[in-house]
Amino acid sequence: MRRLFCFLAMMAVILAGCGKPDFSDAEKKTIASLALNTLPSLKPDTTNRFADVPAAAALGSTLFFDVGMSREGTVSCSTCHKIDRQFQDDLPQAVGVGHTNRRTMPLAGVARDPWFFWDGRRDSLWAQALTPLENPLEQAGNRAAYAHYIKARFGERYERIFGPLPDFSGIPLNASPQGNDAEKAAWNAMSDAQRDAINRVFANIGKAIAAFERSIEPAQTRFDRFALDLVTGAEPKGDAVFSREEILGLKLFLGKANCVTCHNGPRFTDNGFHNTGVPPVPDLPPDRGRVDAVRQVEADPFNCFGAYRDGDAGACGELRFMVKSEPELVRAYKTPSLRGAAGRPPYMHAGQFSSLDEVVAHYAKAAPSVEGTSEIHPLELSDRERAALVAFLKTLSD
Amino acid sequence: MLGKQAFFRHSVFPQAGGMRSTRQNVVCRKGTGLASLWRYLLAGLGLAALLVGVLAVVYLTTPHSAQTVGPDVSRTKATDNGLFVASFAPERGVVRQGELESWLLTLKTKAGASVEGAAITISGGMPQHNHGLPTSPQATDYLGDGRYRIEGVKFTMSGWWQLHFAISATAGSDTVLFNVVL
Repeated sequence: MRRLFCFLAMMAVILAGCGKPDFSDAEKKTIASLALNTLPSLKPDTTNRFADVPAAAALGSTLFFDVGMSREGTVSCSTCHKIDRQFQDDLPQAVGVGHTNRRTMPLAGVARDPWFFWDGRRDSLWAQALTPLENPLEQAGNRAAYAHYIKARFGERYERIFGPLPDFSGIPLNASPQGNDAEKAAWNAMSDAQRDAINRVFANIGKAIAAFERSIEPAQTRFDRFALDLVTGAEPKGDAVFSREEILGLKLFLGKANCVTCHNGPRFTDNGFHNTGVPPVPDLPPDRGRVDAVRQVEADPFNCFGAYRDGDAGACGELRFMVKSEPELVRAYKTPSLRGAAGRPPYMHAGQFSSLDEVVAHYAKAAPSVEGTSEIHPLELSDRERAALVAFLKTLSD
Repeated sequence: MLGKQAFFRHSVFPQAGGMRSTRQNVVCRKGTGLASLWRYLLAGLGLAALLVGVLAVVYLTTPHSAQTVGPDVSRTKATDNGLFVASFAPERGVVRQGELESWLLTLKTKAGASVEGAAITISGGMPQHNHGLPTSPQATDYLGDGRYRIEGVKFTMSGWWQLHFAISATAGSDTVLFNVVL
């Protein structure tokens, strides 16, 4: 009998050994491709010649946190992009001067995006930074007022970076093609040269903010330490050791659950737009995602083809080869990075899901989209598997 | 399966009473018939463990790909109606996921002559994912010798991609499909 116990104990030890991380070569390759150490260094942005000018980044940082950059002096970029909250605000929809219809996006690694906002309605970081400034629900200002404000508050700093400010005589205090009727009328009454001068100051505000935002990069997580040890064959130590549940979650992420199809690369995003059947939020205005953003980015005077781009049009490949009219753009939204996601509910473009459990349940159920066609298919996931996926996602936050 | 049967046959056979006498035999008189039963039991367990081990190794080392037979990924093929021979290859030799890249489409007649002045339109997508291409690639330049530069090609995820070319030249119109698996 003792021998039997000995034998059973040995079997138990052998079988327990089988539970150690055991990944196929293909899985290891994919895990390596997700690790932060494979993130290439940030490419220069030739459309913004101030992108890597420290003084521009410093001014951009000042402007980012300055509530003076709004109609009533109450809202800055940092109102929604909170520095201690991964540059997001934990709300289902952002609240600036008014209540918007979209979730605030976090900013880690944002300078690597080819498209901005959930629907990609802007094609550069500096063009993106300009948009909330004039959105009546966000900072609600107008470009003539911003130009006056820059001259009054930061004139000297501005001129040291961007050169002389224009002649402001005859420039109305409030004017913008995006503003209210009075502001539009004032904009239309300006000369072409005046409009161009104000647009240039406005574009430079965006370029300074973008220069600052380029410094916001994702941080190393437990997953990255685990992946590095797995790939180099080192014995994982400390928090780089994954639990059985986390390993199961990672295997599901790569395999059966197909998450890595879209959440790929070191930022866990394909930078693409997909309809995954996320339901609309009642009482919000109709939202069709990418399909409506295509016209907006084409019409944006600050896009890559516009007059305010630095460098040559060779940098405009994304806009030049943009998909414009396919049916799959309907209710398609950008694949968000999953780095840090566990620490920032609620989820999806309008904060539809309050927990990662709800997100996983949505992808398992794969309900059809209210409009357009969802790309995802239903998935059989046990409660244990769902919990494992969530456990793995948390390793991207620790 | 066989391992499980063997395991049960040997382990279930000695009942409670049998076990008791087995222990007595082990303690008192080694080498009797009942002691050899005990050996059978151990041998059975050992064999079962071995089989489980072998199965585990086979299972863990088998590639876990659902797709055992992949699509045809040849980079040179005759067009659908046999009008041209088309080759499709990345201009810089390597494919990098997530980057806008230029590819070259080379068109020859069956006799090997370069096809010039062709109008080319490109479509495609991922047949397993219900979506098209993330970009709209275009033929942007003719480089001579039947070579056309296809710009704006971007593969945003791993898996099976299809690129479909509609080609129109003086010799006529034809189509060709290339599979790219990342």
